[in-house]
Amino acid sequence: MINIDAHNHVKGKSIYLDDIREIQGTLYAVPFDATVAHAKIKKWDVEKALHHKGIVAILTAKDVPGLNQIGGIIPDEPLFAEDEVHFRGQVIALIVGKSEHDCRMAAKLIQVDYEELPVIVDPREVQALGKLIIPPRSFKLGNTAEAWAQCDHIIEGRSDVNGQEHLYIETQGAYARPKEDGSLIISSSTQGPTAVQRMVAQVLNIPMHKVEIDTVRLGGGFGGKEDQATPWAVMVALAAQQLQKPVKMAMHRMDDMRMTGKRHPYSADFKIGLTKDLKIVAYEVTHYQNAGAAADLSPAVMERTLFHSTNSYFIPNVMATAYSCKTNLPPNTAFRGFGGPQGKFAIEAAIVKAAETLGVSPAEIQKANLVKEGDELSYGQILTLVEATNAWETCMTKYDYAGQKKRVETFNMKNTRFKKGLAIQPICFGISFTNTMMNHARALVHIYHDGSVVVSTGAVEMGQGVNTKMLQIVVETFGIKADKVRIESTNTLRVANTSPTAASAGADLNGKALQMACHALLERLKAVAQKEYTDQIIELKEEWVYANEIKTEMTWKDLILRAFTQRVALSENAHYATPTIHYDKTKEKGHPFAYHVYGTSIHEVTVDCLKGTYEVDSVNIVHDFGKSMNPTIDNGQIEGGLVQGIGWMTLEEIIYNEQGRLVSNALSTYKVPDIYSVPKVINIKHLETEGHELAIKKSKAVGEPPLMYGIGTYFAIRDAVKAFNPKANLAVNAPYTPEKVLMDLYQKS
Amino acid sequence: MIQFLLNQRLISTNKAASTTLLDFIRYEENLRGTKIGCREGDCGACTVLIGSLKAGKVEYISATSCLTPLANAQGKHIVTVEGTNLPDTLNQAQQAMVDCSGTQCGFCTPGFVNSMSGFALTCEDATVEKAISAIDGNICRCTGYKSIERAAVKLTEKLETKDQKNPLEWLVAHAFIPEYFLQIPDRLAQIQTAYATTGAVAVGGGTDLYVQKHDQLHEMDLDYLFDKKELNGITFSGNTCILKSSVTVTELMENETLLQAIPNWYHYLKLLSSTPIRNIATIAGNIANGSPIGDFTIILLAMKAQLILTNKTNNSRQVALKDFYLGYKTFDKKTDEIISQIEFEVPNHGTRFHFEKVCKRQYLDIASVNSAATIATNGNTITEARLSMGGVGPIPKYLAETAQFLVGKELNTATVKEAETILQTELSPISDARGTEAYKRLLGRQLFLAHFLTLFPETFTMEDLI
Repeated sequence: MINIDAHNHVKGKSIYLDDIREIQGTLYAVPFDATVAHAKIKKWDVEKALHHKGIVAILTAKDVPGLNQIGGIIPDEPLFAEDEVHFRGQVIALIVGKSEHDCRMAAKLIQVDYEELPVIVDPREVQALGKLIIPPRSFKLGNTAEAWAQCDHIIEGRSDVNGQEHLYIETQGAYARPKEDGSLIISSSTQGPTAVQRMVAQVLNIPMHKVEIDTVRLGGGFGGKEDQATPWAVMVALAAQQLQKPVKMAMHRMDDMRMTGKRHPYSADFKIGLTKDLKIVAYEVTHYQNAGAAADLSPAVMERTLFHSTNSYFIPNVMATAYSCKTNLPPNTAFRGFGGPQGKFAIEAAIVKAAETLGVSPAEIQKANLVKEGDELSYGQILTLVEATNAWETCMTKYDYAGQKKRVETFNMKNTRFKKGLAIQPICFGISFTNTMMNHARALVHIYHDGSVVVSTGAVEMGQGVNTKMLQIVVETFGIKADKVRIESTNTLRVANTSPTAASAGADLNGKALQMACHALLERLKAVAQKEYTDQIIELKEEWVYANEIKTEMTWKDLILRAFTQRVALSENAHYATPTIHYDKTKEKGHPFAYHVYGTSIHEVTVDCLKGTYEVDSVNIVHDFGKSMNPTIDNGQIEGGLVQGIGWMTLEEIIYNEQGRLVSNALSTYKVPDIYSVPKVINIKHLETEGHELAIKKSKAVGEPPLMYGIGTYFAIRDAVKAFNPKANLAVNAPYTPEKVLMDLYQKS
Repeated sequence: MIQFLLNQRLISTNKAASTTLLDFIRYEENLRGTKIGCREGDCGACTVLIGSLKAGKVEYISATSCLTPLANAQGKHIVTVEGTNLPDTLNQAQQAMVDCSGTQCGFCTPGFVNSMSGFALTCEDATVEKAISAIDGNICRCTGYKSIERAAVKLTEKLETKDQKNPLEWLVAHAFIPEYFLQIPDRLAQIQTAYATTGAVAVGGGTDLYVQKHDQLHEMDLDYLFDKKELNGITFSGNTCILKSSVTVTELMENETLLQAIPNWYHYLKLLSSTPIRNIATIAGNIANGSPIGDFTIILLAMKAQLILTNKTNNSRQVALKDFYLGYKTFDKKTDEIISQIEFEVPNHGTRFHFEKVCKRQYLDIASVNSAATIATNGNTITEARLSMGGVGPIPKYLAETAQFLVGKELNTATVKEAETILQTELSPISDARGTEAYKRLLGRQLFLAHFLTLFPETFTMEDLI
C-alpha cells in the first residue's frame, strides 16, 4: 500500500505546523539566545526592544509561574537561562509581538552584558576535569584483563566521529491557543506529545489535564523532535497563558540550527585482541560522548552506545565504558540510531585497524566473528533467531562480492587518478526502548454507526509511514476498504501517557495496541452477526459478512448499524506493553530488546585522487525485514536511512569553533546529500526469514537500522585512499569530507 | 501597485515590493503548499514557477520564492503547487511521485513536484538527465532520492511524445497542467509589465541580497533591476561577448554561441548553484557580491572580463574585472553606480578554457577552492595564459604572476612545477568552514594541475605532475 498521505503531500494539501490557519489576534514569538557559550549574565536591557513596533511582551524566567525547568531525564535544563548561560544558542527570553519580523528586529535591540567564563567543547577535556552528565557506565562480559594473554594480536587505537544536524526540512515550531478555565491546546511539531504536555504543565504550573497537545504530522523528525520540540511548545504555551492570546512560533532555520542539539559526536579509545585465525577474543572500548551543556537524552543515548558496542560480532570478553561529557555546546539529543551508530563505528574502526595491521581484509575478520544463535552479548541478552550469517552469506552470493572485489582490484591496477574502494557493513540492532518502562502504547478506535472508523494511537507520523501501517491493521482486521478508515492526529486527550515515537518502535508498540483494540471490536461484531447466522463461522471480508465462507446478505454497514441498535459498544481502547523484556541497571544485565534486526551491505566507491572528491558507485544490501507488512514503505526507510548514514559519514560536517560558535550554521555551510551525491545504485534484497512474534505482523522495525549501513561508505573511501597511498597512517575520523580525503591521499608517511 | 497572476487569479497588491514572494504566497494568499525550509535558496521547498510573456508565449522557469522580491513577480504568472492541481486527478508529476513513493514526510514534496511540472512545461526532447537536473535544487531528507529518481524516469517517459508545436495544449490534454494555462498568455498581455523603481539599493534576482540581509530588506526601498529591458540581453561582437547585467546564469548556460565555443560550458555552469537559483541569479549580482569564491567571477577573470559601471545620471566607465576588487567585499564602485554591462573574451580556436571547483558536495555548494584557466599555445610554447582562483584570499584572485610566468614558456612538466611554486606565493587562504589553510593550498595546487591534465592530456600524465 502506498503511503496514505502521498496524495495530499503531492497536492500541497497536507497540513504541517506552520500551515495551521492562524486565528485572529495570533501573536508570534521568537526566542532570544545567548551569543557566548559560557558566561554570567551581568545585566541586560530590554527597554528599547519592548518599545519596538509591534512588541507585546518579552518573557523571561521571572514570568514562569511553575518550574523554570524542562530537563526530561535529569532536571538540569532551565527553559530560560537565569544567571548563567552554558552554550551559545541558550534561550534567555521570548520575544512576543504582532509579527515575526517585528520580533526579529526587536531582538537586535536587546543588550546583554556577559562576564565570560572558560569554554570547553572537547569531551575528553571535560572528562579529565570530571564534568560528567551522569557517572560513567560499563558493560562487561568475560574478563578482558585475563583474555589479552590468549590473543596473538593486540591492536589499539582511537576513533572519532562527528555529530549530525537533523535537518528535518520543517523546522521546530508550536502554536498555542488558550481555552477556557486556564486550559490550552498546543499544536506541536513533536515526536513526543506527552513529553511536551508534561513540561507545559510543569512550567505553567497547571495540571496535565489542562494541556492538550495535538500533532498532525511532522515534516521530518529523525529524533530531533523527540525531546527538543519541547522548549518551543512550552514557550508559546507560557506566552499564551500569560497574555491570553494565541501565540505561534515557526523557527527560522538558522535559529533552529544554532539553538538545538544534534547527534552526539563521540571519541573512543579501543583495544582489540585476536587469535591467529582472526577470532576476536577481547575488546575494550572507552567512549567519550559529547553531551553538550545539559542532559537532554544523553544518558539514554550513551546507554545504547554501550548496547551496540560490539555491533554484529560475538566477542567473549568485552569491557565497554562510556562517559557522558558536559561541554559548552547545545545539549545533543536523539538522532536515528540513538548512540548505536557511534558504538558500531568504534568497533568497525578497531576491526579495520586490526585488518590493516595484520594485512588481511576487514571482511575476513568481520565474517569470522558474526553473532550466532545462542550467543550472549555484553549486556546478558542471549540472541535467538539470529540472521547475521544468513544475511552476510546471502549478500555475498546474491551480489557476487568475489567478482566485484576482483573488478575493483583490476581497476585499481590500471588507474592512477581514480581508485575504487570496497567495504562490507553488517548490522545488528536491538529493538525496544532500552528504558523498559517506555515500551507500552495505546490505541483508541471508534466505529461510527455509518460504518466509518476513526483511529487514534500514540504514534506520530513523520514520513516513516506509521499511519499507513496503522490503517493496514484496521483494514485487514475488519475486512473493510481504506476509505472507511481515518487515522487521526496524535492527541493527548485521546491517547494519554504515550512514549515518544522513537526507537524504531512506533509501529510495533502502537500497532500491537491497535490490533488488540480491533480484535476486541471484531469479536463483539462477530457476536452480533452470529445472532443472525447461528453456529456459523463468521468472517468479515470486502465489507461483507461471511458465514461459513459464504457471502451473506449483511454488509459491514448493516452489521455496524445492527450492533449500534443492539447497544453494543463500538469504541475500544487497548493497551499494549512489550512482554519478555527486562533490564537491571545495577548489574548491567538483562534482556532489554524484544528482538534484533540484521543485515549486510556492500559499498563500492570511486575516489578522484587528484581532487579528493568521491562518488558512491553502489550499495548492495540484504536486509532482514522479517515479513514486511509494507515493502514499499520499508524499502523507502532503507534507502533514506542509508543515505542519511552516508551523509553523516561523508559530507555532513558540524563545525563548532573553540568559542562554541556553530560555524556550519546554515544550509549553505552544512551540506546534506543532494540528488547527485547519493549512491548511483542501491539494491535491496529482502532476506527470507520468519520475522518475530513481537514485531507487528512479524514485520520488523525498520526506522533506525539502515542508517548504520552508511558506516560502510566511510570505510570504502578509506580502502580507496589506501589503494592510492598505501603507506599512509590514516586516522579514523568521520566524516570523510573531500578535505580529509585529499589530505590523506597526499599524506607523507 | 504590483500586478501578476497567481495561479488562476489576478493579484493587485500594494504590499511592499521588497516582500518575498514566499511570504506573500503563504501569509497573504494563504497558499500553504509552498513551504519554508531555509529561506536562503538551499532547499527548494519554496520552489514556484514563474512564467514570463515573451513574443506571445509564456516561458516558465522554476525559482526559489524565498529569495524573490514581490516586485519581480510584476506582470508574471506565478504558479504554486495549488496552481498545478487538476480538479479530479493528480497531474502527471504528482502521479509519478505517488507511484514511485517519492514522498515520505512530504514537506519537500510540493517543491519537487513544482520543479517537475516546470520540467514538463519547458522541456524539449526530455531526457532523464534533464529531468534530474530540474530537481537539482530540491533537498529531501527522508527518501534518499532513489524513489524520486524513479519518479523522474517515469515522468520523462510520459513526456516522450510531447508535441513541441502546441506544447500547452498537449500538456493540458495529457493531464500535466490544468486547463487555465491556455488562457495565461492572453491574460498576461493585459497586465502592464514594467515596474518602475528608483530605490537606493540595487537588487537583481535577489539570490544574494535576500540571503545576506533578509531582515533589513523588508523595510528598504530597492531598485529592481531584474526585468529592466535595458539591462537584459546577450550579444556578441567578434570574439567579445557582451552581457547586460541582469542576464541570468541559465541564460548563459543555454546560449548556443557559448555552448559551441567552449567545450563543457554547460557542465561548468552546472557546478554553479542549482537550477532554480541559476534561473534568477544574475551575473552582475555574482560579481557585485564580491565573494572571494564567486564562481562566475572566477570564470570571467580568466576570460579578460571588463565591467561597465553606470551611475544614476547615466555616466559610464569601464573597469577591468581583475582590478575591480580592492579588498574583502570592497570594490572600485561608487554607491550610485551599478554594473550595467559585462564584456568578456570568448576563447577562440587554439585557446583552451577550463574551470574547476571542489566543495564538500559537488553540486549546490560553495567552493572550497575554484579555479579557471585560459591557455593558448603555439606548437609547444605557451603564448597566452590567464588564471584565476577563488577561496585562497580576500578577493577572487587573478593569478597575475603565475600567468605571466607561463607565457613564453615551453609546455612541459618542469614549467608546470615551477609555475606551481609561484602559484603558492600568490595564495593567502585562511581556515574557515570550507577548509583549513593547508587544505586550500593543497587543493589550489591540485586544481592548478588539473587544468593542465585536462587541457593537455596528450602532454601530461598525473604521475608526472604530482
